[in-house]
This record gives sequence, C-alpha cells and structure tokens, in this order.
Amino acid sequence: MFSSIVIAGVGGQGTLLASKILSEAAQKRGLFVRTSETIGMAQRGGSVSSHLRIGSQEVSPVIPLHHADILIGFELAEAARQINRLKPDASAVVNVDCIVPTNVALRQGEYHCDEYLSVIKKNIVNGFYINATPMAIAAGDARTLNIVLLGFSVGAGILPFNEEEIRSAMEHCIRPKLLEINKEAFLMGAEAGRKQH
Amino acid sequence: MGRRVCMGNEAIALGAARAGVSIVSGYPGTPSTEIIETFLHEKIPGIEVQWSTNEKTAMEVAAGAAYAGARSMVTMKQVGLNVAADPLMSLSYVGVEGGMVVVVADDPGPWSSQTEQDTRHFAKYANLPVFDPSSPEEAYEMVSCAFDLSEEFKLPVFLRPTTRVCHASATVDLDDISAPRQAAGFEKKQDWIIFPALSYRKHGELEQKQKLISDRFSTLPFNRIIKGGKKGVAVSGVSYLYLMEVIKEFDLDLTVFKVGTPYPLPFKLAEEFLSLVDSVLVLEELDPVVEEGLLFISAGTKRVLGKITGDMPCNGEYSFESIKNAVLKFAGVESKTSAMAELPTLPLRPPVLCAGCPHRASFYAAKTAARNFDKTVYCGDIGCYTLGNAAPLNTVDTSLCMGPGITIAQGIKLAEKGTKCIAFIGDSTFFHTGIPGIINAVYQNTDITIAILDNHTTAMTGGQPHPGTGRTAMGMPAKPLDIEKILTACGVDHISTVDPFKYEDAVDAFRAAMEYSGPSAVIARAPCIALVKKLPVTVRRVNDSCIGCLKCIKHLGCPAMSVGKEGKAVINEPICTDCSLCVNVCPVGAIKRVDRNV
Repeated sequence: MFSSIVIAGVGGQGTLLASKILSEAAQKRGLFVRTSETIGMAQRGGSVSSHLRIGSQEVSPVIPLHHADILIGFELAEAARQINRLKPDASAVVNVDCIVPTNVALRQGEYHCDEYLSVIKKNIVNGFYINATPMAIAAGDARTLNIVLLGFSVGAGILPFNEEEIRSAMEHCIRPKLLEINKEAFLMGAEAGRKQH
Repeated sequence: MGRRVCMGNEAIALGAARAGVSIVSGYPGTPSTEIIETFLHEKIPGIEVQWSTNEKTAMEVAAGAAYAGARSMVTMKQVGLNVAADPLMSLSYVGVEGGMVVVVADDPGPWSSQTEQDTRHFAKYANLPVFDPSSPEEAYEMVSCAFDLSEEFKLPVFLRPTTRVCHASATVDLDDISAPRQAAGFEKKQDWIIFPALSYRKHGELEQKQKLISDRFSTLPFNRIIKGGKKGVAVSGVSYLYLMEVIKEFDLDLTVFKVGTPYPLPFKLAEEFLSLVDSVLVLEELDPVVEEGLLFISAGTKRVLGKITGDMPCNGEYSFESIKNAVLKFAGVESKTSAMAELPTLPLRPPVLCAGCPHRASFYAAKTAARNFDKTVYCGDIGCYTLGNAAPLNTVDTSLCMGPGITIAQGIKLAEKGTKCIAFIGDSTFFHTGIPGIINAVYQNTDITIAILDNHTTAMTGGQPHPGTGRTAMGMPAKPLDIEKILTACGVDHISTVDPFKYEDAVDAFRAAMEYSGPSAVIARAPCIALVKKLPVTVRRVNDSCIGCLKCIKHLGCPAMSVGKEGKAVINEPICTDCSLCVNVCPVGAIKRVDRNV
C-alpha cells in the first residue's frame, strides 16, 4: 500500500496531533512513514498543513501536486487551498467550519464560505462533509475537533485504517488525562461518519 | 529502542544520545528547537541539557565540555550561528578533545527566519566539515558519524539539517542508547590558549586536514553514486528525496551523485562521478556549494548546470515540482502537465498575535501614549511581538535580528532628534542580546524608551524557560533574574512595571517614560496566553447596544473578533480569554462579561 494524506487547517486547530496519530497507526502496521509539518510562525493562526506519505521510503516529504489520495480539511478555505494537491479520484473529509482571517475582518481581504464549499464539491468526487465544532463541544472540549474529524474520516471509510487502529494510536499519542474526552470525541465522529458511508 | 516514527529533530537528539553525548546546549530557534526538547522529554540519564542565554554562550559551553573530553552538542538556527561565529571561528583552530557536533538548522523558504543563509558556506568559511542530511533517518545515522569524525580530526563538526528534515518525520530504526561517555577530564596544555603563533601553526594544520577529511568522506555511505546514463545529477539535502520520486515516476535513466557532506566535497567520489557522465545538473537548496566544488574539479571539462548558469534558483525551497521541471528538461523528456483546477481567490492567512496576547495590550497602550507626541518610531525585535507589525497595530517599524531594537532606536534618535523612539523587546531576547544595547543607551545618555514585553517565556518557539523564569531547561529551580534590578544596575533611572491589561496604568506608564529625558524603561508584565492552561470561566460578548462602529476590530485586530451579519462586532467565545482589552476601545460599553459556554 502507498497512500498520501494531506491534513489542512488553521494554526491552533490541532492538525499536528491528527497527523501524529495517523503516523502512529501506519507505524504499528509496519509501514514506512514520511511526513512533513508546518511548525513555527504559521502556528499562530496561519495556514498549516501536514503531509503524510505511507508505505514508501524514497519519496518527497511534501506531497506533490495531484498526488494526494486523501484530504482531511479542518476549515473550508484551507481545504480549498489543497484541491490541486489531490488526485482526480481522491477522497476527502471537510469540516464546513469557516474561520475568517483577522485581515478579512479588517477589510483587507474577502472570505466567501459558500464559494469555497462549492469549488470543493465540484472538484472532489468522493467528499464527506461535517460540522465538527458542535460535536467537539458536545464531547466536552472544542479542542477535540481534530479527533472528531479523525473519527469521522475513519467512519466514512476514507482512511486506510480501521477504528481500532486509530484508537490504539490515540492511546499512544494522547496524554492519559485527556484520553477519555478524546475517545468520546472519536466515537461521536466515527458514528457520524458511518452514517454517511 | 526499536522502530519509531521520529521527527528529524528527534532523530538528531536520539542519534546523539546513542553516540554517548553528555552535554547539550543551545538557544531555541525554528526549525532547531525540538532537538533539545527531545532530550528534555526523553529524560535520558546522565545528559546535561541547557537552554543557554544565547548561541554564543551555548557554543562556548559545548566547547568547554569538549575541551574536557566529553561528547558535546550545541543546537541553534542558522542566524544563531552569526551570534556564535566569534567562538566558532577560533574553535576551528584550537580544536576539541571530545567529539563536538554543532547542529545548525537552515530554513530555505524562509519559513520562520530573517535570512536564507547557507550554513554549508559557513562551514567552508570556517574550514569545518559539514553533514547535510536528506531525511530524518539519515540525520540519525550521520550524528554518530559526526561525533567519530570530530574526535578523529579534533575539530567541531557541523550537522546542517533544513526545515524539511527537522520538521519532517520518518520511520527510524533506533539503536539502544548507551550510557553517556565519561569525560577524560581537562588536560592543561598550551594548545587551548589562542596566541598568534599558535594560530599560525593551527591554521596550517587545519588546511592540511581538509584533504584527509575529503578522502574519508569519499568512503562514507552518505556519499554515493547510483549508476545510470551519461547524464548526471548531483544532489544534496532533501532535494535527494524529491529527485528520487521524480526518477521513479518518470522512469529516468540518470546517474545520481548523492552528496551527504558538501564540505569538504568528497573529491575522489566526485571525480569518479564526473568520469561517468557527460553533463551534470546540480540540485541543492540555497547556495551553490556542491556546484562550485564540481565546477572546480571538472575545471571546465564538463557542462555543469545549476544556479550559476541560471538553471536553478538560489532562493526559496525546492519542491518535487521545481525539481521535476528542471530534471525533465535536463533529461530531454517531455511530460504532460496536469490541468490545475480553477480556484477562487483564497484569503491570505498570515500568523497573528493570539486572542488574549498581552503584547497586543502593550502595543495598544504605547500607541495611545504616543498620540501626545509628533512622531514615534517603534523599533521591534525577534519574537511573537514581531507580529505587532501587522495592521491595525502597526507598532513594529524596524526588525533586523536578535536584540537590535534598542540600538537601532539610538541611531534613529541621534539622526532625528525630535522623534520619540520606543524599542520593544521580549524577556528572552532581553537576556539574549538586549542588555549591551541598554548599557550603551545609558552610557551615551540617548533619550529612548525601552519596552520589555515580559511574558515569562520564550514564546515564539513554544515556551522555553530563560534566566528570568526561575527554572532551568531540565526543570530544576534557578535563581530568577530580576529584569527591573538589571535595568537599575545598568543605570536606567526611569523604570516602571505595569500589567498591560490595566489599560490606563499602562498608557500612563508609557507616556511618563516617553516624557522622561534620557533612557527610560517600561516593563509590561503578563504571562503568555498560550501557556495559560485553564482559560477563565468568563468570556466577553457583544450585546445589542453595539452601534457597528467596529472600533474594537479596527484598533486591536484580535482574532477572536469578526464582523457579524448585521455589521456588528461578534466575539468567537471559545477562543476569547476575557482579557477585556476590547472593553477599553468600545465607545458605547456594548462588550459585556458572560459565563463561558452559556
């Protein structure tokens, strides 16, 4: 198996942990993992993306354009930004949340949720959509958004892993104190995903 | 330890631990920070780890440890090496006893840096060997080799990962970590004292070592030739992975010269490579280091394409795409390009100060105070607070390197006497390189205001302790250095300490400091919001009395605030920290405190 996954969002949304959990799941299956992350200034509310290449060693750590099999979009504009990174038959999970950049609030740019959603739908054949923030809040903490999205992705069947593999990877990557709340978030996401599948 | 997915920086730390390193020092800087953080996280017994005050002190601590026979490592980002250049240049003459590895992370792009300087060139300048890993797993292997080489040649050795190695992860087969090697102890000898006569002798020896190291490098697995057709590609760093994916995808018949040690170039292997090919394309980010080496060896007998011929760019990162285009053109292979989907214009999303960041309050207070004066220049520095440059705060007019705000302000003041100058500096940067500039202001009696934004951490790099925090990197209690006392000892007579969220007090403090004739200081003290674990149980909410003037947004640029459907301000409550700065801006008192999640 060789699979390329791109996770896109806004700094602070928890894309890094999601990427780490998927890496761990792949590693546990004995697959070679190569990833690339955005760490540094952009983490302060900028555009961030994580790239994972699973199952091959001599490959670029950044997914080339038109080479990604899977997109997990944490925010609409950031998901749209990755469209050209995807293969024509790629699958995607997209959180329909909109995070309006501060410069747009200052009238230094424009932001159009509906336009981004329609361009995503037009270009991604196998797309699944979720309003994940209310679910994360219901799970007990808005910060579990990343785990809701992982759960939803596995439930919708777009990931090369099953629920048990992700759950086991979560136990390795999340501090025990926060594990319960995250497991709850994962279950809620997975159940919502299964309904769509 | 078995197999594990490691970030490049993690792999470097674990590689050093495997090699028996016992003393590690450094100053945080993206993309190098997680190397030291890995040591702290792994808690490997017997390894002394420190966040030093700056890169120069870190370099000297590591050098001292290596003098005493320990294996030591120092870590920094590329611009940190400029700060540490003074000890390093002499160290290349004096040398070391125990192995010393200097890890300098370069940042092509640049993603989080002021320059795109290439440490491989610095290594050449200093006559020191440099390893240039293409991946985390290779970096892991290179570290032990670098320690061995350092001890064999009695020289510090560079390891120069780039952002795409430091912040990439890969599956790495980890060996068990051996106990840190015991230091033999400092042996007194004249060779540790750099006098002109010694420098002359050591300089000669250093030059002689270069060829020996080059020969050794020709035997290392990091340098190798993958035989193919008569067209050759020489490649260094992460570009190797881009190239290999291109070769596989387009099934190209090329001879590849993978260079893991750009300086000194492995001459023997380079000669063999050149003998196998008719023409060469060189792929390396930033400066043409390998390219110049190949041009030198081939002496005009082979066509060498790269940056000097304009075939590859000198700035920015390379990518699969840029390498694909260059290599296919070089190989004479046509490729069909995939059509790009047409996207609407997507909004830019630059990084911003967090909701509840105390810097925003300090900048706003300083700006308000500055309204009493004709012209104020805001001299900035390096840290999260550089983000104060963006609208609507616009309170960073200059930013250059670490620590220059205070001294640039003095120059501006001398040249433009009627202007007020405020120099903003963070607490960690204050200890790093701020203090000499303050002493200069007092010594020259230059009328500037120094604003120390004390958020009690090194925030931009993720929250490392520093001499003011009362804690060492390893979590031990330390004597917390008092910024106010240091300012007093430096001779600053007008000092006030304020909570920047007490808006009126903060404005008054800035106004009084600016009115004072001579060097003055304001310490704006409030903890970094990113380190506050539990947010308050209250947040702010805009009620119906909002008149939609949007002053709150236009003056503060808080990421928790946006314009709602009716043109009124809306607060995104999950990220609101109830810092209440916006309350001071609202002309109608429409921003009220409410319980979180209600």
